[in-house]
Formats: sequence, structure tokens, C-alpha cells
Amino acid sequence: MRRIGRSVSLALAPLLIGAAKPVLVPDVSQRTIDIAYSFTGAELLLFGAIVYPGGHAPERGEDPADIIVVVRGPVQSVTVREKRKIAGIWMNADNLRYRSAPSYYAIASSRPVDQLLDEKTRAIYEIGLDSLQLSPASTAPIAQQDRFAAGLVALRRKEGLYADAPDAVEIADGVLYRARIRIPALVPVGHFTAETFLVRDGHVLAVATRTLTIRKSGFERFVATSADSRSFIYGLVVVALSVSLGWGAGWVARRA
Amino acid sequence: MDVYLPIANLSVNWLVIVLLGGGVGLLSGMFGVGGGFLTTPLLIVYGISPTVAAATSASQVTGSCVSGVVAHFRRNGVDVKMGATLVSGGLIGAMLGTLLFRWLQKTGQIDTVIALIYVLLLGTIGILMARESLQSIGAMHNGGRPRARKRRHHPLVTVLPFRTRYYRSGLYISPLAPLLLGCFTGVLTTLLGIGGGFILIPAMLYLLGMSTQVVVGTSLFQTLFVTAAATMAHATSTKSVDIVLAALLLVGSVTGAQVGVRLAMRIRPEYLRLALALMVLAVAARMAVGLGWRPADLFTVDVT
Repeated sequence: MRRIGRSVSLALAPLLIGAAKPVLVPDVSQRTIDIAYSFTGAELLLFGAIVYPGGHAPERGEDPADIIVVVRGPVQSVTVREKRKIAGIWMNADNLRYRSAPSYYAIASSRPVDQLLDEKTRAIYEIGLDSLQLSPASTAPIAQQDRFAAGLVALRRKEGLYADAPDAVEIADGVLYRARIRIPALVPVGHFTAETFLVRDGHVLAVATRTLTIRKSGFERFVATSADSRSFIYGLVVVALSVSLGWGAGWVARRA
Repeated sequence: MDVYLPIANLSVNWLVIVLLGGGVGLLSGMFGVGGGFLTTPLLIVYGISPTVAAATSASQVTGSCVSGVVAHFRRNGVDVKMGATLVSGGLIGAMLGTLLFRWLQKTGQIDTVIALIYVLLLGTIGILMARESLQSIGAMHNGGRPRARKRRHHPLVTVLPFRTRYYRSGLYISPLAPLLLGCFTGVLTTLLGIGGGFILIPAMLYLLGMSTQVVVGTSLFQTLFVTAAATMAHATSTKSVDIVLAALLLVGSVTGAQVGVRLAMRIRPEYLRLALALMVLAVAARMAVGLGWRPADLFTVDVT
């Protein structure tokens, strides 16, 4: 909390020069998330303060500002495939490649985002699961692109990799906000960004970004890097493990 | 209870995986099969990606074969020359299988192909096995001895050139026949993560006409090496062998296999074969339903 106090006073500095817009002082509960042996996911707390000009919260009757937080994982190039029934079998038929699908995307807001911002603004800031800029790598008709994008979003929502939670941001006394974001065990590793948007009257007043890193640690990291960069030795170790366990069990059984 | 799998990138309940391995091991000990045909589908049902499932269950089959191979060597039940020929074919097959696997992965058809091969292969083998075991059970009940099959190899095998002698198997045939057979099994091992014993054994008996004393031992010998090669192939190309998953499965299956071997001694082999046939058919039917049923998710996402 001391850090926030200090940042608040730092953030207040420009206000003294006479800025009229409120500013954001955001933070996240963890700057790194380590994936270790019993990782079943994590919960990220995004919190901070809205600093209004003059240092006081909006009065009753005055329109309060809203907060939207977005946590985003590294972008991936993905191929989305659609199954169709061909000769009695459900198999992958059409596919569409997207060059920049976020590997993780969670949004939380103090009110549903479609009530806060118009479609154009949401598209600019990529706010909302229907406003992701996926950059399809083909010239498929728009209807088809939308269908595949909806399929991608639905699937990742089911896996917990995409999430949206309207009303999940609590604002206390119009000044302090916080939101909990669930990170599932399936999460990819890499650099994540946590963006906070301050919104009022259909405008984004302030944006603040924090970065965090999700990485495998300890044994898990060792295994993952070995499998990738020393794959031949890794394979030998797996084979040796299978042979010795199988042989050992046989040996024990013969003695018993 | 939850353990994070570093390659599959998800956490699983380790007890479930150990028990799954144990159940498969029990059956594999009872029936003398590797059990890969059960592990791969079960892992997929549990939520592990088909690629990791196939790659990792190959290493589980390696583990369950070892003690069998040792036991058969002790009683001189392995034709090493025949085994070596099969293994050479198997290694070529494993390499071809890897290429095929990657190509199918790229075109997005790997899941369908895996399921289709399962249905066709297990369906055929299951029906043949069920019929054969029902006949021998019938013969047993009528008091008559099941008539012994005349041992001979398939006419196609006899036309192949470069004949050589396989003493332990009692054969004088071209090495091309077992080489091709091994190659075919090797492809299946890489694609499906199975040992292929249930194809290899009937083929050795009815196509090559091998002496029954060495069939099981030699088949296990081939399975041991080819599954190890498939594990290596997957480790270096698809990079989807999960050592934590493999260890959990192995701990269960090697223990289960020992229990299974002891159980099998108390049951008549005819009934065992019938039970195995029914189980194989059940897996095939489950896979067939999966192909024809409208899936819950029509869309799938591959990270490229």
C-alpha cells in the first residue's frame, strides 16, 4: 500500500499543473506467475486508484467513471478448422488461419462494455471478445470469417483461455477499483499485458498498462526446455525410464 | 493430487492417471498385449491432446513389454533373427509413420485418421478373434479337441525372393515378408501409439506360418524396439512425449501387468481371448460412434 501511496503522490504531480482529466494508478498482484508441479491455475488481482482532478471523488449526481481491465497473452498464429459431416463421418473440412489470435484474453468491467463504448472505440482498443483483431490470413467472405472467429472464441472460452466478466470490477467510493482474473492451468507461457481503461461518457479517458510474465519454473521448466532443445537425449531418457520401470517390476514380481 | 504435465501443458489428477495405467496394465498382463490401443483413446477422453496421447502411450507399451521379453528369452521363446528383421522393418515404418503423422497434422486430418484406423483395424481383428474364440469354446463344450491348424505360410509369402532360414521359427522364407510386416506395424505404432501385437501375432501365425512357441516372444521383442523407436521419433519430431505423463502411466501399468499375468493363469485361454475380442470391439464401437455423432464442438484450434 505504501507503494500505491507513493505512486498516488507521483501521479498527482501533473494534476497540480492543471490537468482536468482523471488519471489511473494501476497495479497487478503478481508480476510473475510460476508454473510448478501442482499448478492448477492462478488468480490475478488487478487493482488501483482513479485519481480525479482536485483529489476528490465525483459528487452524487455527477456521472461516475467506469473501469475496464483487459489481460492479454502473447499472440499466436492459429488455424481454426470446422468439422462437417462428409460420407457419414464428422471430419475437418474448412479451415481459416488467423495471424494474431491472443493466446489468452480476459476482460472485466464495472458495467457491460457495450453500454460503455461504441463499436468503433471497442475495435480500436480491442475491448471485448467480439472486438478482437485476429487478422485472418485469407480473403474468405466476411460471413465465413465471422463464423470461424465466433468458433475460436467459443472454444477458448470453454477452455477458460478467453473470458469476459461484465460487472466484475468493483469500484469502492468511486476511487479504488479491483478485479479478479482467473488464469487457467492451460495458459501458455510468455509475456502478458494487463491494461486498465478509464471510461466516461463513451470515451476512453486514460489507459495504463502493466506487464507480467508467466513461465514454467523448476522441474517443469527443465523438462520443457530439455524436450525442446535436447530432444534426442530427452527421448533416450524416456525410453530408459520405460525399460527400467518395466524390467524393475518384473524383477520385483519374480522375487515376491 | 494435481500434477502439471510440462509438455501436455495441463494439470491432471495423478491418481487417475496411475489407475488408468494400472487398469491397462492389468489387461495387458492378462491378455499378453501392450495395451496401447486402450491408453491412447482413454487419454484423449481425459482431455490430453491426441498427439501427446499417441506419443506418450508408445513409451508405456515399451515398459509393459520389457518383463515379457525377459521371460520369453529365459525359456528360449524369441527368434532373434526373425525379431531383428521385424525390427528393421519397424524402424523404417516408424520413420514413415512420423512423416505421415506430421503431414496429417498439417492438413488437420490426424484425429479423423486415428479414429478411422482404430475402427477398421480393431473392428476387423475383434470380429475375427471373437469368432475364433467362440468356435474353440464351442468345440471345448462338445468334448472334441479343436482341430489343429495346419501350419503353412501364405502363398504370397512364398513368391518373394532371397529366401533365408529362420531356425527358431521353423521357416525358410524371404526376409522381405517380415520386413514389410514390421514396417506396417511401425507405421501404426507411430500413428496410434500402439504396440501392434494384435496385428503382428495373427500375421505371424497365419501369414508367415511361424512356430507357435516363438510367436508371442518374438512379437514382444519387435514391439519393445519399435515402440522405443516411435518414442524417439516423436521426441525428436513432434516433441510431444510427456515424461511426467509417461512415468505416471508406467508406474501403474508395470504393476498392473504383473497382477494381470497371475490372474491370467487361473482363466481358460479361450475365455480370455473372447474377453479381449469383446473389449477390442467395444473400443472400436466407441470410436465409430465418435466419428458419426455430431461433436459438441464443431471447431478446433491448432496453434501454428
